[in-house]
Amino acid sequence: MSKILAILAEIRPEFDFSQSHDFFEDGMLDSFDLVTLVSDLDKAYGISIDGMDIVPDNFSNVGAIEALLTRSGVTP
Amino acid sequence: MRLSYSDKAVTGLLTVVPANERSFVDEMANFNFSPKRSLKLKEVMGYDRHRIVSGPVCSSDLAVAGIEHLFASGKLQREDIGALIVVTQSPDYLMPATSSVIQGRLGLHDDIFCIDINQGCAGFIIGLMQAFMLLDQPAIGKVVLVNVDVMSRKVSPRDRNSYPLIGDAASVTVIERRAGARPIEASLKMDGTRREALMIPAGGFRRPSDASTAEMVEDSEGNFRALDNLIMDGSAVFNFVMTEVPELIGDLLAQTGTQAEAVDAFLCHQPNRFMLQKLADKVGVSHDKMPSNIVEHFGNSSGVTIPLAAAFNLREQLLERPLQVCLAGFGVGLTWGAMLMELGPLEFCEMIDYEEDE
Repeated sequence: MSKILAILAEIRPEFDFSQSHDFFEDGMLDSFDLVTLVSDLDKAYGISIDGMDIVPDNFSNVGAIEALLTRSGVTP
Repeated sequence: MRLSYSDKAVTGLLTVVPANERSFVDEMANFNFSPKRSLKLKEVMGYDRHRIVSGPVCSSDLAVAGIEHLFASGKLQREDIGALIVVTQSPDYLMPATSSVIQGRLGLHDDIFCIDINQGCAGFIIGLMQAFMLLDQPAIGKVVLVNVDVMSRKVSPRDRNSYPLIGDAASVTVIERRAGARPIEASLKMDGTRREALMIPAGGFRRPSDASTAEMVEDSEGNFRALDNLIMDGSAVFNFVMTEVPELIGDLLAQTGTQAEAVDAFLCHQPNRFMLQKLADKVGVSHDKMPSNIVEHFGNSSGVTIPLAAAFNLREQLLERPLQVCLAGFGVGLTWGAMLMELGPLEFCEMIDYEEDE
């Protein structure tokens, strides 16, 4: 399991995030889970995701999160 | 809008918080979420304890307790008060103004300028601006600024977005003329087109309260609240803060030729730890320089959080020496403002508890 999927599974273990293209549309994450996800990604990758980037579109699926991490200067 | 003030100073600061303390862990069962998710949120957002009134305590009760404490301890003389500004979103009545209620309850003389300002999380900045303007009048020698809210009475206990972080409190700030004081530089912006991001929809004249406005409705995230309650669009507010506030602070520093390193403390409104740490990262200052511990100890008490952050974190320093501080408030309206000023040495800087009658 990828690092990102492991973080997502820790937040909401009841869902299989590898099968979803939009975690928010599919009801797997809400706005408070997003805050938790950002905090966990910050810690896991040693970064501080820019506050302007904390919008659902950047966290809606694994690919979007990978792209954001790459823009933030780390390798997903 | 850029604003500048000269020969003015804050000379004393008192905060009043209810003695009644609630813990997030004890209240978690009210929320429609698993304990594990709530505990994770507690860690990230800094939810821990909050001070809220337990009975029908009103804004004027907290304010009168604070000012009477200053009278009793000789830190403030009632005949010296030339103006009383009350910044609140939770007035005792729709009319008269809470400042008039406080003036009457305290028995202040009638040669006084009393005014209420309906402002929230930027209310300390707005109140200071009003105080500085009043002090341009020779007839007014001392302004008492009261920031006070008992918003817990308007937040649904089943609303995880707002209830864990809400706090009740008052602050009493004394502002005076001080010849030769360093200029105070400020910046203020408002955008009423985004007014619905933070609002209490019912209870005013647009939508009077009735049985329907008290009906609890579940939102898409499992929170229950009524139109009589505070409603906060958390995502919109977060986006607003991240978009507008760093630019506001950065511009004010640049326009005044101030290096961030020269600022001793960035005292910001306290919505939650996560938002403040993201704000600090975006402004480019260390988390130590921008305290974010008020929500975990007291809750978010709107316009009182900046004076609470000052008194709780910097009391000893503020009593001893001047600190260069950058204040920033942001919230309902929407309104956002920042102020660069020298704060201290204060004649008093104190925190007291408000004990409710049994």
